[in-house]
Amino acid sequence: MDIRIEGVTHRYDGLLVLDGIELAIGEGETVALVGPSGCGKSTLLGIVGGLLKPSAGRVVTAGAPRQDSLNPFTYVFQDFALLPWRTVQANVALALEHHPLSARQRQERVEEALALTGLGDFAQALPKQLSGGMRQRVGIARALVVRPAVLLLDEPLSALDAQTREILMEDLLSIWARERGTRLYVTHNLDEAARLADRVVVLSRRPGRIREIVAIDTPVATRGAAVIAGMRERLWRLIREEAREAEREVQHG
Amino acid sequence: MAEGVPFRGGGYEARPRRWVPWLVFAALLLLWHVASSRGWISANSLPSPTSVVLAFGEMIERGTLQKHLWESARRIGLGWALGTLAGLAIGLSMGIFSLARAGLLPLVSALFPIPKIALLPLFILWFGIGEASKVATIAFGVFFPTVIAAYAACDQVPRNLIRMAQSFGLPARHIVWKVVVPGAMPGILAGFRITASIALILVVAAEMIGAEYGVGAFILATGNLMQTDHLVAGVAILSTFGLLVNWLLSAIEKSVLRWR
Repeated sequence: MDIRIEGVTHRYDGLLVLDGIELAIGEGETVALVGPSGCGKSTLLGIVGGLLKPSAGRVVTAGAPRQDSLNPFTYVFQDFALLPWRTVQANVALALEHHPLSARQRQERVEEALALTGLGDFAQALPKQLSGGMRQRVGIARALVVRPAVLLLDEPLSALDAQTREILMEDLLSIWARERGTRLYVTHNLDEAARLADRVVVLSRRPGRIREIVAIDTPVATRGAAVIAGMRERLWRLIREEAREAEREVQHG
Repeated sequence: MAEGVPFRGGGYEARPRRWVPWLVFAALLLLWHVASSRGWISANSLPSPTSVVLAFGEMIERGTLQKHLWESARRIGLGWALGTLAGLAIGLSMGIFSLARAGLLPLVSALFPIPKIALLPLFILWFGIGEASKVATIAFGVFFPTVIAAYAACDQVPRNLIRMAQSFGLPARHIVWKVVVPGAMPGILAGFRITASIALILVVAAEMIGAEYGVGAFILATGNLMQTDHLVAGVAILSTFGLLVNWLLSAIEKSVLRWR
């Protein structure tokens, strides 16, 4: 499914946070959104997934989602957003319960998603019994279980420690190699953008405008350390000054 | 010169001391017994523990204990259940729907601080001196704290969980039953503790105003007759009842909130 963001502008209580965003994302593409704090990247993700109404502009889609997709636009949240009273399996099943599936179909889908995310042995565990990385795996399994056309990831690894982040990046790449789909990935971590994305959209400081769109030509599967480091450096040069200014602003504000 | 680093403390961490409460209880009983038997306290002010135990025995034998206890428990049970059901319905609606919140919050805030026993005379005018006015007083007293607890508990449910449910397209009633209500459960159960003690206070007060049977009526009657041994036995019943309810609620919390 292709997505086109057309002239999206957003204000919070009169404060302009996004200004005239125009962006086309192609089927099967992974696009990272980076930018200084407060540039509106999460706001843009909220608008794309229909959790926020833009003040102006619209998001249009072209092409039908895969037939078995139950929730074409599906989020993975920064804080995992798991129901603490439900087991891993029941958290994943939550996304299916209001759809007309047989108990068996539901069970099969849940088991498949758990296997894909390496949670097979943790189906009966409660979120509090899991590490941060495992909790986010549940978040990812819950997103995959509905077979989304577009996966919207809102800083999915930023609540995790550095090692867990590395592990989950590897896991995301191996899942994505198997599961087709379009992905929009918001992050403030340039390393994640350089490793996971096909294109990186750099937003300017508030109000967020598209500053540059950087295409990474090497496919993610064969992307070596040198390419990633070079890309990371290039992205940092693009946002460095503004990130410094944004940081001072946050501290004073 | 090698010296060990002195231990400076573990942050006043609370450690369980299971025998201490029993020891304190036993020591107080002993003190009470000694003070009574030596005549330091007159039997008219405070009867000895043995005479209270004897009074208990007498009440059980005559069947008065069961009668009073049953009457009070029935009133509390009925009043608490009615107040809780209505309170949960209104409180959850206020927590979920902006319209209900805007419309009812000022009303609830205005009525909440009224000591509910002050309404008993009015309820007696409305419902008569019988059971209905007592049950209504308890229900009314339980209702408002339940509304506030349920409404505040809904507010405590992380918005992000609700947004998550919306992002997966869950219908509103699924969001209420699968996200809001379970998420509000800790706050609702904490409210039950408060309303249980309110119900106990109100049943005693209401029974003191006009009832033949019930622990409150019993305590008032024994006071008038200077039967302090029976009076203290009545107070001990209330304490036991309170402890029992507390224990029951703890057990419920433990099983319902296992996920915490």
